[in-house]
Amino acid sequence: MQAVVTLDVRQDFSAELNFSGEWLIGNIIKNRDTIIAALEKPDFKRLVFNGKQITRWDSQLTAFLAHLIEVCRKNKIDFALNDFPAGVDSLLNLAFAVPMHQEVTKTARQISFLEELGKIVLDFWEKTKDVCLFLHRVNASFARFFSHKAVVRKKDLLLEIQRAGAEAFGIVSLICFLVGLILAFVGSIQLKLFGAQIYVSSLVAISITRVMGAIMAGVIMAGRTGASYAATLGSMQVNEEVDALKTMGISPFDFLVLPRALALSLMMPLLVVYADLMGILGGAFVGLFMLGLSPEDYIRMTMKALLMRNIIIGIVHGAVYGVIIAICGCYQGMNCGRNASAVGAATTSSVVYSIVWMTIATAVLTFIFSVCGV
Amino acid sequence: MAEPFLEIENFTVAYGENVIMHDVSFTVNKEDVFIIMGGSGCGKSTLLSVLTGLKQPVKGSEKFVDKPFWGNGATKADRDILMRKAGILYQSGALWSSMTLAENIAMPLEQYTTLCASEIKDIVALKLDLVGLGGFQNFYPAEISGGMKKRAGLARALALDPEVVFFDEPSAGLDPISSKNLDDLILQIKENMHTTIVMVTHELPSIFAIGTNSIYLDAQSKTIIARGDPKELLRNPPNQILAHFLTRGEK
Repeated sequence: MQAVVTLDVRQDFSAELNFSGEWLIGNIIKNRDTIIAALEKPDFKRLVFNGKQITRWDSQLTAFLAHLIEVCRKNKIDFALNDFPAGVDSLLNLAFAVPMHQEVTKTARQISFLEELGKIVLDFWEKTKDVCLFLHRVNASFARFFSHKAVVRKKDLLLEIQRAGAEAFGIVSLICFLVGLILAFVGSIQLKLFGAQIYVSSLVAISITRVMGAIMAGVIMAGRTGASYAATLGSMQVNEEVDALKTMGISPFDFLVLPRALALSLMMPLLVVYADLMGILGGAFVGLFMLGLSPEDYIRMTMKALLMRNIIIGIVHGAVYGVIIAICGCYQGMNCGRNASAVGAATTSSVVYSIVWMTIATAVLTFIFSVCGV
Repeated sequence: MAEPFLEIENFTVAYGENVIMHDVSFTVNKEDVFIIMGGSGCGKSTLLSVLTGLKQPVKGSEKFVDKPFWGNGATKADRDILMRKAGILYQSGALWSSMTLAENIAMPLEQYTTLCASEIKDIVALKLDLVGLGGFQNFYPAEISGGMKKRAGLARALALDPEVVFFDEPSAGLDPISSKNLDDLILQIKENMHTTIVMVTHELPSIFAIGTNSIYLDAQSKTIIARGDPKELLRNPPNQILAHFLTRGEK
């Protein structure tokens, strides 16, 4: 059954709005727009709302009545409510008991292009200052650590080293083995055309050790450990744990950031070496079992292609990535807002910024190594 | 003659350009149970952040046992030293989640004393006993209830035998019995350890049960509109806003 409202205008500039039917959420209000339009441009001064024929009702009725009352007040129409079900009057009185807080009503303001641009530049400047301050504090914390003045619990440092190192072996093994396997498989398709399958081993050894191993380890650690740093420190902000440290005179940088930055910077080069090994094993799997190369030939060609120079370049990449991931994760965590969605945002930003800065660092390092002829 | 412990003069506190409170001045005397009360959003917790050195006031000064804490040339190092005389119980307990209760309480002792491990262990056990959590040394914060977290937080706040303990809405989220037990515990600590208590709360039963002095922060005028013993304020409220607050809107 529909919710029906009809307007009956009389000769004496009065009118009656008759409500009937079931006024339940979900039922369509018949004549809704026509009635509101009539009240917006009224040709009457007095209006009586008649609710005698309403059979059932819920918030739909009170919401519609509240809307009509607002329109009547705006257009200076005298109104009265007659024969409405018990409860409707009380609910309307409750709804109008506290006047609308005009001072807090937010209105969307049109912002010009220049204003928007200026805001972006100022925000960027503030953010840059913030990042510089964070880096300065991390440096100061490292300085205190090396002069034995920082409050770092040995247990926390070892735990972070375990988390960033040994506990990452599983995922690094799987991903880097598969990347080595994919590289070898894709390379072999072209090399087979020239009968040069044996060079698959060189392809894998050079690409994995020079940069691929480090990049894969970096991406894994950004998603795994960097995100975990942001989420952990962010949750600590929400739970006032960081405030508790500050008020106790303990630097959160020494206590929370330092062990994490130190652990990841130390572990990343080692993880890169491990990732190199797993990538080469992945390549060997394709070489030995799919291309039918002999183990002796594969090992001989791999050893020939393995240059200490490339391995060191990979390790340097890894060390730089370690610092970047730790800084991005800890920065986002320490600057996290104090609610659950802010923790989620900090975690996402940590991964995004880590990967962006890793890519920039790779470009810079590649340029430097090229200029240096290595 | 009451001895002043904290002296706050003309605090103005703001977030950016949004002024939260202005011209806030009050004195907390030694061994007071000083209540900072007010409706939601009036800036009680922000004021506590300023009193404990977490947030800088835009204007005004604070003296902590006659030494400058904010203003009059006070530095962060001065505040860090003075805060060693203070303990804080945060609304959520704020226990460090990666540490056991014993490690949480031991942390300030390891940091600021030269006690050996066995002495620290004894003190930790005593503090946990005081708050009724004897035997919970090796539990992690995630393994205990909300009320127990608050009591453990109190044990940590008491670790260094502070001269003043700040409480941020200690009864929030507790059932009435746990809330009363916590009030009793606070009173016992105050009486036995001669500690000054500064508490932010809007829980009326707690305010009347333990408060000896108070201020009322008004969200509308953004300043203090009443001060004094809460029981006396209930008998003779100086204004309608406070009467309304202290009687849960019945007057």
